Amino acid sequence: MEHFFLIIGLIMGFLILLSLYRGVFGPTVFDRIMGVGFVGSKTLVILVLMGFIYRRIDMFVDIALAYSVLLFASTLVFAKYFQRKGAR
Amino acid sequence: MSIAAILFIVVGTLFFATGVIGLLRFPDFYSRMQATAKGDTLGAVLVLAGLALYNLHGGFSTGNVLVSLKLMFIAVFWFVATPTAIHALLRAAFDFGIMPWTKDGESIIEWPPGKEDIK
Repeated sequence: MEHFFLIIGLIMGFLILLSLYRGVFGPTVFDRIMGVGFVGSKTLVILVLMGFIYRRIDMFVDIALAYSVLLFASTLVFAKYFQRKGAR
Repeated sequence: MSIAAILFIVVGTLFFATGVIGLLRFPDFYSRMQATAKGDTLGAVLVLAGLALYNLHGGFSTGNVLVSLKLMFIAVFWFVATPTAIHALLRAAFDFGIMPWTKDGESIIEWPPGKEDIK
């Protein structure tokens, strides 16, 4: 089962590299925010998978919990900041 | 139980892959956001649910059940939080004045519409 988790983690890493294209070359700033948020969601999954691979899931699940809340708050703050900056 | 967990994780990874394809291939911000929000939300929820199911494979002791409950809490939180964040981002882009994509590059209606038309 560890090999399966490792393969899924590698696929997630490949998808992170693909979606990082939108984070770097995105035409607008909102494309960049969305690409980085998408990278973060796959990082969350990789974090939980790492907990299963290292057999320390009881520790990694708390880190994943905090990370998900942080990711949500960061996307919301970026959205609100750029909304105010571009308000007519 | 292990087979069900593998099925959940593989289907969730497929949803992630479709989200990435939509993120790379769609023409404008709004359609990219549509594909990404769905693929992101359902992919993460399915993978986390599958991992919570796999975690119960080692027995129903208190620690295992607690870890599975935490994983399901992350999944439920993600299911609520990602559409909220994406909606705020969409609203910010709308206020910023990003035009939706059309075939000849000209907007059909007057863009951006007036503030009183939005609300």
